[in-house]
Amino acid sequence: MLDLDRYGCLGAALRDALQKWPNELCLIESDRDKEKTRLTYSDFKDIATPVARAIEDAEFKPGDRGAIIMSNQSKWLISAYAIFYCGGVLVPLDYKLSADEHLQLLAHSKSSLLVVEFHLWRAITKSPEFKNKKFKTVLVTEAPPDTDLAGAIRWEEFRRKGEPLFAPRQLEDPACIVYSSGTGGRPKGCVLTHANYLEQCKSLTALFPFKPGIRYLSILPTNHAIDFMVGFIGPFVCGACVVHLRTLRPEFVRDGFVRYRINYASLVPLVVKNLERGMKAKFDALPKIKLWILKSLIAANKVLTRRRPHVEWSRKLLPQVHRAFGDRLLALFTGGAFMEASTLQFFYDLGLPIANGYGLTEAGTALTLNDFKPFRADTVGKPLPGVELRILSPDDEGVGEVAARSKTVMSHYLDDPELTAETIVDGWLLTGDFGRFGDSGHLHLFGRKKNMIVTEGGKNIYPEDVESVFDSLVLKEYCVFAANYIWPTKTRGQEILILVLRLDTNQKFSDELKEQLIACNRNLPDFKRVKGYIVWDEDFPRTASMKIKRQDLAEQIGKKLDRASAGLEI
Amino acid sequence: MANPEQTLDEILNLSATHFKVPREKLRPDDDFFKTLHIDSLQALDLLTKLENHFGIELPDYELQGVSDFRTLAGRIQSRL
Repeated sequence: MLDLDRYGCLGAALRDALQKWPNELCLIESDRDKEKTRLTYSDFKDIATPVARAIEDAEFKPGDRGAIIMSNQSKWLISAYAIFYCGGVLVPLDYKLSADEHLQLLAHSKSSLLVVEFHLWRAITKSPEFKNKKFKTVLVTEAPPDTDLAGAIRWEEFRRKGEPLFAPRQLEDPACIVYSSGTGGRPKGCVLTHANYLEQCKSLTALFPFKPGIRYLSILPTNHAIDFMVGFIGPFVCGACVVHLRTLRPEFVRDGFVRYRINYASLVPLVVKNLERGMKAKFDALPKIKLWILKSLIAANKVLTRRRPHVEWSRKLLPQVHRAFGDRLLALFTGGAFMEASTLQFFYDLGLPIANGYGLTEAGTALTLNDFKPFRADTVGKPLPGVELRILSPDDEGVGEVAARSKTVMSHYLDDPELTAETIVDGWLLTGDFGRFGDSGHLHLFGRKKNMIVTEGGKNIYPEDVESVFDSLVLKEYCVFAANYIWPTKTRGQEILILVLRLDTNQKFSDELKEQLIACNRNLPDFKRVKGYIVWDEDFPRTASMKIKRQDLAEQIGKKLDRASAGLEI
Repeated sequence: MANPEQTLDEILNLSATHFKVPREKLRPDDDFFKTLHIDSLQALDLLTKLENHFGIELPDYELQGVSDFRTLAGRIQSRL
């Protein structure tokens, strides 16, 4: 890999990667069963350089911000490379947000350049907020011919001849602004520096080295901190290859492992569980004798891999299982408190090493990761090299809030010094997660202290972001909370949002109101929906400026009601 | 070409069969995540089944923000 200590910015490291491994495969893009793109590092350079030159010509200056809203595909990485080459700050946005949310984050980040997929651009131009747009240049990918692009330029035609001037940046300059939440009242734009990314890249590749010939399957969205690092920066600075799938359909994901003989992949808990469910169904359908043989081989593999993985031996013991993953798999990565130990153990026992980790956008990519020495299904691993963790105000069992100090921790929240000061205290990032260290130095996570949830699909949802959808309900007042915020459980899972309602005097909670509530809830994407409600019989505590005192209200509810009896299911 | 009501009816029949739910329990405006007890990946699985049935191709993003059978039927109908 490149010696990252020699670099001051991502753009320089990526530029040198393209020169160092010209003939190695760097990127494959597949849509369902059709391969759309296959690029060597040299091909990548040939495509990206004219784009960088065109961006430079569009008066995009070093320090300017360029946003990308696209599903995983080669144009994402090519555009990001070009933005870094020109010294820009990348703003990777979640393509699953609504058009209004996109516009809000584009405005908040002050992006002057936008690279966007056609169907998303179409939605953005229809938003009432579109008239207030500030970006100068919009590049739209895969737009149908003869379509009015509302002032945007076709990405495929955005090329200039000549060599663009490389714009170096300093280690402490912002590299990316990554939004850790949706929008609502307060967008949280994490400003991550070039130093943050270079440090993170060094520590991750120390544990799981990439090299030419290694293939990483990218199915987490590239805007996500993990895929951005493990599915772009990490493989590129090591000369490895990224395989993009443009669909999340389970059958094509399974097929992708086999067709591209994948070595590593990062998966959200939802996908891991889906794979487990599919494999268990296949095992259950085996004739009794075959099932008995399989179970015996799994038992033998468990003994064999007790101290550490031996993938070569596991492939020989359980060839059909490994062939279903392409026969080259070295490790799967997954994260978060959501992963059940039994699911992780299921994969490991089959000789498919799965490394559970823990991180948050504010800390770059990951703070901890299992290193398989030995495999532990019940923890999120040890701190990565260069990461210091401590438990604040531990209780009798050693459980308290996890705080982190590392060169990978963000610089600040964009334009929000108050929130930055609340989150990074004396150089320690307060994660809002409850944890405890075990004897072997592994971190156990227990639950969340923050008023937020993380879905099985890996999305952060802040209650404030979903409240406005209930505006049409005729009520005295209402508020949305994460259930764990009201009742801090220090147990994993069960992360749901609940709606707290305060009815008007003489108002009854009618079936009609419940129907309206359900209809409002349905306007939210499924992963953002409220799962229960409480009818609260006191006025909400408010500040002098009439804002709800959320913490006080949560404490009042928590004291008066217990979780089991309070949340009525929607 | 099937009319919108036929399309909707076929989607409900197929969903009931695929996820082993009594057909009479499914209504057009139901939230299919809830009625079928499925997650977003299983919904994508359903989309594949529907594509095969209707002989069309629907990009994943067509399912974005859709959670009831009627809207899903509308998306499919527009591509028939």
